[in-house]
Amino acid sequence: MLKLPRAIFDALIVHAREGFPLEVCGILGGLDGEVSGHFPMINLDASSEHFMMDPKEQFGVIKELRAKGLAMVAVYHSHPASPARPSAEDIRLALTPDISHVIVSLAEPEPVLKSFRITDGVVEPEEISLI
Amino acid sequence: MQLTVNGKQTSIADQETLSVTSLLETLQVSQREYVTVELNGEILDRADFDGATVKSGDAVEFLYFMGGGAA
Repeated sequence: MLKLPRAIFDALIVHAREGFPLEVCGILGGLDGEVSGHFPMINLDASSEHFMMDPKEQFGVIKELRAKGLAMVAVYHSHPASPARPSAEDIRLALTPDISHVIVSLAEPEPVLKSFRITDGVVEPEEISLI
Repeated sequence: MQLTVNGKQTSIADQETLSVTSLLETLQVSQREYVTVELNGEILDRADFDGATVKSGDAVEFLYFMGGGAA
């Protein structure tokens, strides 16, 4: 289960809408599946169908989290025009172990946010608990 | 040798230096073609993984490519 503060849930929707029609991406930090920090990241692809984080920016966030005794709990990205489910590319590139993968879909009038665990190409939906 | 790997003290037995490629192998890092490595604060080009060496006292960070797409 991913425990997500309501304020960060709302911030992810805002980020996805602000970036529309491009995909946005970011990192959620915290501990033991409970999110406490939100880090919007640059999408180097600047695309409506792809995202790629900047490794330099990734290193910075990881070190900042570590210095606070926290870790990366999840990565998120938006699907501006498709459902909130991992694409084949999302699954193939889900390489970081033990994190959640959050997708914000803007395909419908109301945004949809879902979380998944992806291990060795196997996708499992994950419950989100708003806290 | 003693390294700091992703913020943790790590001992590599019986080696005074290692190439970055060999270090990743030793650490059993899978899918290394998707890994970015930072050595003492400098991000390495993947082409340099074989030639760059780590030694005791170095700080190594690595992480996986993060990307995907809606397509």
